[in-house]
Amino acid sequence: MITTVLKPVRTIGKTTLNFLAAVGRLSSFAGKGIYHCVVPPIYWRLLFRQLIQIGYYSLPVVGLTALFTGMVLALQSYTGFSRFNAEGAVATVVVLSMTRELAPVLAGLMVAGRIGASIAAEIGTMRVTEQIDALTTLSTNPYKYLIAPRLIAGVITLPMLVLVGDVIGVFGGYIVGVYTLGFGPENYLMNTWEYLEAIDVISGLIKAAVFGFLVTLMGCYNGFNSGRGAQGVGRATTNAVVSSSILILVFNFILTRMFFS
Amino acid sequence: MQQYKLRLHNVHKSFGSNRVLRGASLDIKKGESVVIIGGSGTGKSVLLKCVLGLIMPDRGEITVDGQNITFLPVHKRDNFMHKFGMLFQGGALFDSLPIWENVAFGLLQKHNYSRKDAYDVAIEKLRSVGLGERVAQLFPAELSGGMQKRVSLARAIATNPEIIFFDEPTTGLDPIMADVINDLIVKATKELGATTLTITHDMASARKIADDIAMIYDGKIIWRGSAKKIENSGNEYVDQFIHGRADGPIALAV
Repeated sequence: MITTVLKPVRTIGKTTLNFLAAVGRLSSFAGKGIYHCVVPPIYWRLLFRQLIQIGYYSLPVVGLTALFTGMVLALQSYTGFSRFNAEGAVATVVVLSMTRELAPVLAGLMVAGRIGASIAAEIGTMRVTEQIDALTTLSTNPYKYLIAPRLIAGVITLPMLVLVGDVIGVFGGYIVGVYTLGFGPENYLMNTWEYLEAIDVISGLIKAAVFGFLVTLMGCYNGFNSGRGAQGVGRATTNAVVSSSILILVFNFILTRMFFS
Repeated sequence: MQQYKLRLHNVHKSFGSNRVLRGASLDIKKGESVVIIGGSGTGKSVLLKCVLGLIMPDRGEITVDGQNITFLPVHKRDNFMHKFGMLFQGGALFDSLPIWENVAFGLLQKHNYSRKDAYDVAIEKLRSVGLGERVAQLFPAELSGGMQKRVSLARAIATNPEIIFFDEPTTGLDPIMADVINDLIVKATKELGATTLTITHDMASARKIADDIAMIYDGKIIWRGSAKKIENSGNEYVDQFIHGRADGPIALAV
């Protein structure tokens, strides 16, 4: 009788404990990772390679996403605003939505799929094939060699990608605005500039830096703790993408509250 | 006391309820080559990883040159790690680096080698395992299993370590390549004067490499003796293992 009553309570307790343990493990992992980002030596060669891998090679994906998002935003807001004769606000809506919200979040999610997955798969395979153990036996700290360059590269490159995304997104809105909706080019650009404030862009870039950290952290953490065999690596990859995507959405809310309330 | 290079005393390690090591003890003299034989899952790899600090033992004592390193965390082991070389079972070559950088990895990390000097040492070490300079720029995935093992051996000896560990060096190789690797191991360790600890279940390999053979069973070292005496060990566990008989005192968990 008592046991039947207590069963749900026990399940809740167990789940909570597991969750807290996972948060603890992740935090300690993140702490070690950050420690090795700031304490020399830093592997410049590896950092450079990661900057190219995470930043440069993500440009096409982020650029295309931003272009089409900007174009759709212009189309959608035009049809909405024309119902109460506010078409003039289209340019402002495009630039504010892009810089504050859509460029960082969409770039973050695209990079989570592209980079989070590849980091988890690469480090997971290294774990499974004992390459991480081999690093240790060769007097090399795996956190310094594998984790730190990726974390630094994520934090540096994502804001850059978002800045490029901002420009391309506005350009997408401009194309639709000028060539489909019939705005005057000068007028559209003026409306874009007029209501844009520095905080709109800066908040987006700070978000991007946080998202870059989250994506690379979750990729590294899941890869580093990957289970055995192909299945273990597969699970690590999935977990990296899912967890970093969710964290991006959660932190997006938290950061937006911090900046604009 | 002092002449022991590596000592393990009463080492215990459990994973959850699975007690893998139950008081393993082993002493290895300087320049000696000891081979640990034993079935799969008897704790051979765990024992090796405890010495390297990749796994923390629960209890016991591990000393290198008389200094206790049992519970020394990995980041404080720098003074000891350069004494160690390790050949991993799967090779564990870094597949993002070309062969020569793999071999020279330990040298490049120590910062007192320029890339040019490290390259020269790598080529020399590759030669000593029978590989020419033309493989230097290739990547590990482009080599056959036997060649990868040789590169891995070259990496293990590149820093001239005092103690070298071999984790199943011949597993997954054809008999001829296995013998080539055995010869290379004997030659390389004699040249360096290194102390070696090998784990294997390949008896041909054990007979060739070992001065002494130790048998691990149920998480303990149950027999140790000279490689020449292995046929007349007088231990029925050892007899069953070296003759590969299914029936005997060793019960396999099927």
